[in-house]
Amino acid sequence: MTRKVIKAAPKKTTMKKAIPSDIDTQAGYVRIEDAPLLPPPPSEVGVTGWLYKNIFASMSDFGSVSATLKSVFVAASTLFILYFLITQISGLLDFAIFSAVWSDPEGLKRQACWTVEQGGALPNGWHAACWPFIEAKAKFIFYGAYPSDDLWRVNLTYALGGFMLAWVMIERLPYRKIVGILLLTVYPVMATVLLTGGAFSISTGTIGGATILGLALITIGRLGKAGYVSGAFGDLALVAGVCGWLVILFAAVLAVFAIDFDLEAIDTRDWGGLLITLVVAITGIVASLPLGILLALGRRSEMPVARFLCTVFIEFWRGVPLITVLFMASVMLPLFMPEGVNFDMLLRALIGVTLFSAAYMAEVVRGGLQAIDKGQYEGADAVGLSYWQSMRLIILPQALTHVIPGIVNTFIGLFKDTALVSIVGIFDLLGAAQSTLADAAWSTPVQGLTGYLVVAVIFFVFCFGMSRYSMFMERKLNRSHKS
Amino acid sequence: MFGRDRSLTSLLNDTFIRGILFQALIAIGLFLSINWLADNTLSNLANQGKTLGFDFLTRTAGFQISPTLGTWMLDYKVGKSTYTDVYLIGIINTFIVALLGILAATVIGFTVGIMRLSDNLVFRWFSSFYVEVVRNVPLLLQLFFWYFAVLRAMPSKREKLELVEGVAGLNITGLYLPAPIVSDGFIYSFLSLIGAIAITFLVRRYALRRQAETGQILPMFWIGLGIIIILPVLVHYLNGSPLDWSLPEFKDTGPKLRQGYQSGAGMVLVPEMLAVWLALSLYTAAFIAEIVRAGILAVNRGQTEAAYALGVRPNVTLRLVVIPQAMRVIIPPLTSQYLNLTKNSSLAVAIAYPELVSVFAGTALNQVGKEVEMIFMMMMVYLTFSLMTAAFMNWFNSRVKLVER
Repeated sequence: MTRKVIKAAPKKTTMKKAIPSDIDTQAGYVRIEDAPLLPPPPSEVGVTGWLYKNIFASMSDFGSVSATLKSVFVAASTLFILYFLITQISGLLDFAIFSAVWSDPEGLKRQACWTVEQGGALPNGWHAACWPFIEAKAKFIFYGAYPSDDLWRVNLTYALGGFMLAWVMIERLPYRKIVGILLLTVYPVMATVLLTGGAFSISTGTIGGATILGLALITIGRLGKAGYVSGAFGDLALVAGVCGWLVILFAAVLAVFAIDFDLEAIDTRDWGGLLITLVVAITGIVASLPLGILLALGRRSEMPVARFLCTVFIEFWRGVPLITVLFMASVMLPLFMPEGVNFDMLLRALIGVTLFSAAYMAEVVRGGLQAIDKGQYEGADAVGLSYWQSMRLIILPQALTHVIPGIVNTFIGLFKDTALVSIVGIFDLLGAAQSTLADAAWSTPVQGLTGYLVVAVIFFVFCFGMSRYSMFMERKLNRSHKS
Repeated sequence: MFGRDRSLTSLLNDTFIRGILFQALIAIGLFLSINWLADNTLSNLANQGKTLGFDFLTRTAGFQISPTLGTWMLDYKVGKSTYTDVYLIGIINTFIVALLGILAATVIGFTVGIMRLSDNLVFRWFSSFYVEVVRNVPLLLQLFFWYFAVLRAMPSKREKLELVEGVAGLNITGLYLPAPIVSDGFIYSFLSLIGAIAITFLVRRYALRRQAETGQILPMFWIGLGIIIILPVLVHYLNGSPLDWSLPEFKDTGPKLRQGYQSGAGMVLVPEMLAVWLALSLYTAAFIAEIVRAGILAVNRGQTEAAYALGVRPNVTLRLVVIPQAMRVIIPPLTSQYLNLTKNSSLAVAIAYPELVSVFAGTALNQVGKEVEMIFMMMMVYLTFSLMTAAFMNWFNSRVKLVER
């Protein structure tokens, strides 16, 4: 910046001096001053200019027969689309707000939204939203059959998650990394306990066994680090140490699950509505990203067996529709498990959704890995980083930044796809809304549209928000030069 | 010098040996887990008194399938047709709706995508509005909207909503259209159409050669259009127009139970299919629009500027410079959208359109109860189709790949 200013400054001052002194400045043909600036033509500035550029430029070419035809066509379709947009948007506003029935003080239920013809009090031909219906069904649409006395548990889970997420997303706050780690480790455990009630029947033997195993592995790791394990087994000892910490973590989670917090146990069959949608979407999103990264690395690995397996896995899940995956999860997963092991329906769907979106995620990440310059891989090798080090420190940060839009698109797709679990009998947001339509107490001709409108708006807010946030991140993380 | 321990160390630190060991571990682990799963499955099936096998395919199916192209093509009859027929009907119905959806989505998607780049603000508004709304709402909800909120709200069975007087009409039982009735000579009209297309290709080759030699350009578009329309029409009418239309017949007199559209006249598109078609094509079109927009924007501005600098007119620049380069960017994601559309047609199970998932993994599975075999067969159809698409993409990518200096 500063350099530019320095360069520009002398230019201005030397402008007049630049005229060599030996030229007769009195001669009529030498111009020594700039011509006065003319105002820009009206078609370039102001409201008219804006209108011309944005609307009329595309329909004001009458130079030839075909150009005239085109202009007329464009003008006609502009008018038509304008008419269409205005009628649709005003119709929607009218439906949702201006003509809608907002309250049902007398408790008439369906009759509150009936026209005279149908036996109610509204004028004939009335067709707008019936909000008392949504008010009456709101609990079911948002929480399903979750017991009313325990709704605070769901709300607390939302509040905690929202709070932590906001903390991580706002850049000025301190300890963002710690909050992020808590969000990914402690929060899921807390949410599980809060939502299900915890107190799973896990024997103390299992927890104790896992703890002892973990401690033993950590000890081996320590010994390896201190150099007591010789040669080839030194590496293995270090790996054992890492595994030990994971096992301890697992044991801790099990222990928390086993504690009785005196919360009423709530079967996942009673969950529903937005709660299910969020649980499926968030679990899928959180679990599919690491799995997808592993699959992508496997697919680009130099080991043929690993590469082959990852490719087959990815192509299989990407090749079949999610519905068939959910069918398979709900029908065949119980067959795969040994006798006596029984997953509940929600867990089956979660497994199906996670594997499915992990395959898509893997392809997105692979795109990012391929876009990284070969020099980065070679540079990492040249400074002597191991495979995992170079991936963790050099390649993946760049690759993942590169494909943020793709990852978010996969998230958005996953979020919308959660609606499909309603086909295998889990009442997610859409399934819950659809099932309230069967309630005869609220049966009106506008019931369906009102319900769909609510569901559509909720989905839209989430998906649109995600896509905007990804655009923001993309701009922020864009390290390349802007053209 | 090299003790036993030492050599083992160097062996284990060798990347190649490590790779082999690691892969062997993976393979063994995978083999064991598959074995475990298969074992569980077999013992579970045995407990339920079921066996594996595909003999159910020759059994006759005892349920009704709503009349669609598939049932018509295979002449489906309850108690006579087998489960193989049911399978094929599912496949046919899946593909017909996918094909129609692909056609409509391509047309709508390209239009909206180009509109989004227009310098007309109204066009831009409309297409942004359309793309943002449609992309951010689940397809299943859109399907429900079209089926339950729009098509179920149509006039009842005994009434109609006339679209074209006497020719096309809509009510709750579906969309009624004229059906073509083909007589013997129609094959010649069809053959002449194919012939006209072949002739157009020959003329095009001649036109290109002529342009290379003399620099003169033939108005190929108009010539081709002329040949392709005039020749078959001429043959058709000289042959005594051997094609009849059976118009839908609507009765609003006579006994109440007989009123409404009569079966046997015209053809009907069931509302389930219409809803699936509308939802699939409008939803996919939003994605195609974005692909088209990104593809056109991906062509370097310098390409257009260079063409203008050479004095090439804007229309020709678009046709010969921008579109060929944009297509290279557009076609791979476009193909995967087509694949998505085909896979998404499985959502039709939610409104009981008799496609593969609904008819085979739904109704037939409930009747037969062979989960493993039937879900395997269903997945194979989609997998085959997606592998075929992948093969096409690889071929296409290798064909249009930029040859770098």
